[in-house]
Amino acid sequence: MAEQHTMLSLRGLTRRFGGLTAVDAIDLDLAKGELISIIGPNGAGKTTLFNLVTGLDRPDAGHVSFEGQDITGFSPERLAGQGIARTFQLGRVFGNLSVMDNVLIGAHTRLRAVKPAVPVIGPLLELGLALLRPSSVRDEEERLREEVKAILARFGERLLPRIDQPAYSLSYANRRRVEIARALALGPRLLLLDEPTAGMNPTETAEMQGLVAELKAEGLTILLIEHKLEMVMRLSDRVIVMDEGKKIAEGPGEQVRGDPKVIEAYLGHGLSGAAEQESAA
Amino acid sequence: MMSSWLDYTINGLIVGNVYALVAVGLALIFGVSRLINFAQGSIYLVGAYIGWVAVVQLHTPLPLTIIIVAAASALVGLIIERFGLRPLQNSVRIAPLLATIGISFVLDQLVMLTFSPNPRALPSQLPDVRFQVGGGTIGPLDLLIAGVGLTSALLLFVFLRYSKLGWAVRATAQDRDAAMQMGVDVNRVNQAVFGIAAALGGVSGLLVGMYYNQIDTAMSLQATLKGVVAEVVGGAGNVPGAVIGSLLLGLVESYGVAVFGTSYRNLFAFLLLVVVLVLRPNGLFASARQGPPEPLTGTFIAPSRPVRIPRWALLVAAAIFAILPFFPVSFYVLQTMINAWLLGMLALSLTLVAGTIGQVSLGHAALLAIGAYTSALLSLTFSAPVGVAIIGGGLMSAALGTALISPSFRLRGHYVSIATLAIGEIVSLVILNWESVTRGPIGISGIPPLSLFGYELVSPTSIYWFSFIVMVVLALLQARLLGSHLGRSFRAIRDDDIAARAYGLSLNRYKSLAFIFGGFAAGISGGIAAHLYSYINHETFNTQQSILALTVVILGGLGNVVGAIVGAVALVGLPEVFRVAAEYRILIYGIVLLLLVRFRPQGLLGTM
Repeated sequence: MAEQHTMLSLRGLTRRFGGLTAVDAIDLDLAKGELISIIGPNGAGKTTLFNLVTGLDRPDAGHVSFEGQDITGFSPERLAGQGIARTFQLGRVFGNLSVMDNVLIGAHTRLRAVKPAVPVIGPLLELGLALLRPSSVRDEEERLREEVKAILARFGERLLPRIDQPAYSLSYANRRRVEIARALALGPRLLLLDEPTAGMNPTETAEMQGLVAELKAEGLTILLIEHKLEMVMRLSDRVIVMDEGKKIAEGPGEQVRGDPKVIEAYLGHGLSGAAEQESAA
Repeated sequence: MMSSWLDYTINGLIVGNVYALVAVGLALIFGVSRLINFAQGSIYLVGAYIGWVAVVQLHTPLPLTIIIVAAASALVGLIIERFGLRPLQNSVRIAPLLATIGISFVLDQLVMLTFSPNPRALPSQLPDVRFQVGGGTIGPLDLLIAGVGLTSALLLFVFLRYSKLGWAVRATAQDRDAAMQMGVDVNRVNQAVFGIAAALGGVSGLLVGMYYNQIDTAMSLQATLKGVVAEVVGGAGNVPGAVIGSLLLGLVESYGVAVFGTSYRNLFAFLLLVVVLVLRPNGLFASARQGPPEPLTGTFIAPSRPVRIPRWALLVAAAIFAILPFFPVSFYVLQTMINAWLLGMLALSLTLVAGTIGQVSLGHAALLAIGAYTSALLSLTFSAPVGVAIIGGGLMSAALGTALISPSFRLRGHYVSIATLAIGEIVSLVILNWESVTRGPIGISGIPPLSLFGYELVSPTSIYWFSFIVMVVLALLQARLLGSHLGRSFRAIRDDDIAARAYGLSLNRYKSLAFIFGGFAAGISGGIAAHLYSYINHETFNTQQSILALTVVILGGLGNVVGAIVGAVALVGLPEVFRVAAEYRILIYGIVLLLLVRFRPQGLLGTM
């Protein structure tokens, strides 16, 4: 994998909030088609790292490059245009929009006919085309709607019957699914999933795991934050463990799982100290 | 010359002291409940009038007057907290904002109905002497104001620092949930804060009334605006910041008046606000880089399923209104309905901006004014045909309105409302002061009547049809817009602007498009109004109309096109049907707004 071309690369990425260093000099290389999981206790800085990569937050130091281009400090909307899609930890669907409209927003960056690439008066043309709706615009919209249905079909009968329902009326698990569908509609080159199975029961988790495995098999490059270690072990090419903003371990799942630093981070310092004493005795 | 500068400095600091009393209350309230209390100016007004009753009717001595005003104002604050805001604790974010606007309206109207809108003199009860200080002079009232300001600051400091309730207030301001878990009674904290804020606001009103020896009901909005400016400059929720912001505002105004003249006083205040909002929205004293925005999982507007009205029902309703002039209806009924259609156009504009894309504008009447002045001047100065002039008014409103609001596009929630309120005031002040173009306070008279292709529309019937058709066309266009990808993009930005940006939606681009479309509809409405009234001035399109439009929009359902029209007909038509006396109407609008926010936040037809 490592000799393949690098899609995402982080160098010394750092973000401080007052006295707290939420992300501390993180290096990471993600190859095309690779799936890396980031694990670590709550507050380790995983979501902050996602925010730095997707432009919702700006690093205090370090660089992010995507497909060889330095994208540090790019706006989120620009990064979406580059093909970076993400889901959010807390399930940020558009509550008053239907499932269909939520996922169509995901395809926003792919609208061409209605968003002519004309400088200065581009937005005005967009307004005019939205009102006039010539056949090119209608066709594009129709094509995207069909595509959304195909994406929703990947979730079996979970979302399709609810396609016209507002997102606020969906169950928690279905909102997560809508988020992932929205991310897929962007046609991402890089997909960042922030705890896609949070709040899901074992059956739903297994379904989600199956979907992520499918996406990986299709060649999608994925960065995954996940707490369910079972899923992490099954899916990941490599696992990165974060604690207090730092990367404390990196490698294949099995290797990372046995790392004493990782056990310490998860179980707490006192306990692992006691374990060390025991083994010394 | 030096002496006058010293005078201006003293004057600025004194006025700043008065603003501080209002701003500190706003900061306290923002601290514990993340709410900008738009009713703070109304309490200030109530305080001034209670003071007038005490001084002029009861002849109370000054210390007793101050105590009466503080106690009575605190009581008003407690009532607002208990009955206006506490029931809304768990509702959507927009609800308390709208509630304080409604409360402010109701209080102002009650004062106006009780005391009449005419200004009254409020004697200061202090000897009229001036002391020489350096090169300037200072009077006993100046000293009193400074004394009251310092004493309140000291009392507040001691309260927050050393009393148990004060600790609870500070704890709640830092982290409301954590405070609740530690057993802090947040309701009591809110009560305390509203009581203190109201007492300070009321006393401030009294002192200002004495300072200018005059009180009138227009004081309320000005006080809210000044207090908000000072608070935002100091950093929302930052109590010492609010004091410094107030003194700064007082000085800026005072020096501005010194250089440019009295009519520029407010212009400087609002420009200061807009500059601070744009450059440092967290205030002058906040660190430049804040953490990333909190994930706001709650929705901004009340989720609801809009009432689906079948197409045939809409067609029938449109047909009935279209043939209304054939029925034996009076001139007066047609006149009323013309007003409803003009308000309907404004409501269409506001429901798009406030409802669909979630930017609750409180200065929407400024768009009417821009459209009206443009259309009037085009037809008078350039002899443009009236139809062309009105379209010119719509385009100017779209362009200028969007340009003026664009620096505020990165603001959210309450800040948008403050910015639009301030920009609305700026527009009105520019109209007042830019005499070479707008003819200043004289206004524009002799605006040609409505005409179309050379035919003058003079009969009420033809004006009725004209305004009805224009409104229907605008409504159809807006419905078409909402059905396009722009409709869902606008609504996505409203529901979660962070997620929207993560999917490539540029806030600047789409907020601009919403304001362009909405500005056009409002400008058309203003343009038609100008030719209908034949005379306009800087007060023709005022904040009352902005709030009325907002009430219409909430009544109909935010973002709901049919709702905007239904709301306009209901609010203009029903008072006529029930023959409500004119002076009570605005009071009723305020009460309607309050009841809606409390009991049917999604409006009659539901939010879209």
